[in-house]
Amino acid sequence: MDDKHAEHARERSRYIRGFLFALALTMTAFGIGHLYGPQTRFVYLAIGVLGLLQLIVQLAYFLHIDRRRESREDLDLILFSTMVLLIIILGTVWILGDLHMRMHMGMEM
Amino acid sequence: MSHSDSQSYPGINLGDIDPKQQQRVETVQFGFWVFIMSDLVYFGLMFAIYITMIDAQAGGPGPHDLFDLRSLFAQTVLLLTSSMTVGLASLALKYHLGLRRVYFWLVVTLLLGLGFLTLEIMDFMNMAAKGGVPQRSGFLSAFYGLVPLHGLHVATGCLWLVILMIQMRAIGVTDQIKSRLMRFGLFWHFLDLIWIGIFTIVYFGGLAYG
Repeated sequence: MDDKHAEHARERSRYIRGFLFALALTMTAFGIGHLYGPQTRFVYLAIGVLGLLQLIVQLAYFLHIDRRRESREDLDLILFSTMVLLIIILGTVWILGDLHMRMHMGMEM
Repeated sequence: MSHSDSQSYPGINLGDIDPKQQQRVETVQFGFWVFIMSDLVYFGLMFAIYITMIDAQAGGPGPHDLFDLRSLFAQTVLLLTSSMTVGLASLALKYHLGLRRVYFWLVVTLLLGLGFLTLEIMDFMNMAAKGGVPQRSGFLSAFYGLVPLHGLHVATGCLWLVILMIQMRAIGVTDQIKSRLMRFGLFWHFLDLIWIGIFTIVYFGGLAYG
């Protein structure tokens, strides 16, 4: 029973730590966005990095995804989906961005 | 696979049930992960469309005229907090801390979800009042294709949570109900992950490049 109690405290503190991490990352992102404006090149880069960090924090603390054997199937699934997603997003942005640029060039000529 | 490990399955786990049942639950849970990942691909497509449409404002109102960062911040905090409370609800269930505490955290989660939706709908109404309606430009069509899609997911999640609580009351906390709560928690955490993408790419990205 005492064992259970300690386990519960450990798991609860994991959720709370995850929440505090995510909250700190969110507040930093909004803080620098508000202070400097996201138009500044490096500010938006920083916001992007903070967003990525928060994704990792939430996956680890809330969804319990890590490299342990039991969650490896899920990790594989997530990594595969991420790959599909990156191909879709980067491919779309590349092709349409290229098209966009060429059409503007055509108008200027 | 050892079941003494308290976190033998990612997401939420049930605590003590017999191994055969555990096996079944894990299969169903993995299937739900597959659904979530296909949903993620759908969201990914909408993100891709939005990114290519940021410039397509057709002289209509753009991100700087429409986005309200203060409301966005409030929505973000509400959703993030609800992601923690759903985790606390599952812990209360797992460690037998009493049904009252499970209900308490689930109701808090529901209220936070509804608060998020209220703020979001108010945002959309403010945007519409400034002329930011879906048919105005490609940018706004892409925006309304993506952000309310997430909102619809949250609304569905709220409905799911209400049904789940009614079921808990009607048939008690069976293994099946526990496994449903696990999947609900997974779904809810996933929506918070999507929201990180939305405030980073749609809102800040829109302000940076729009």
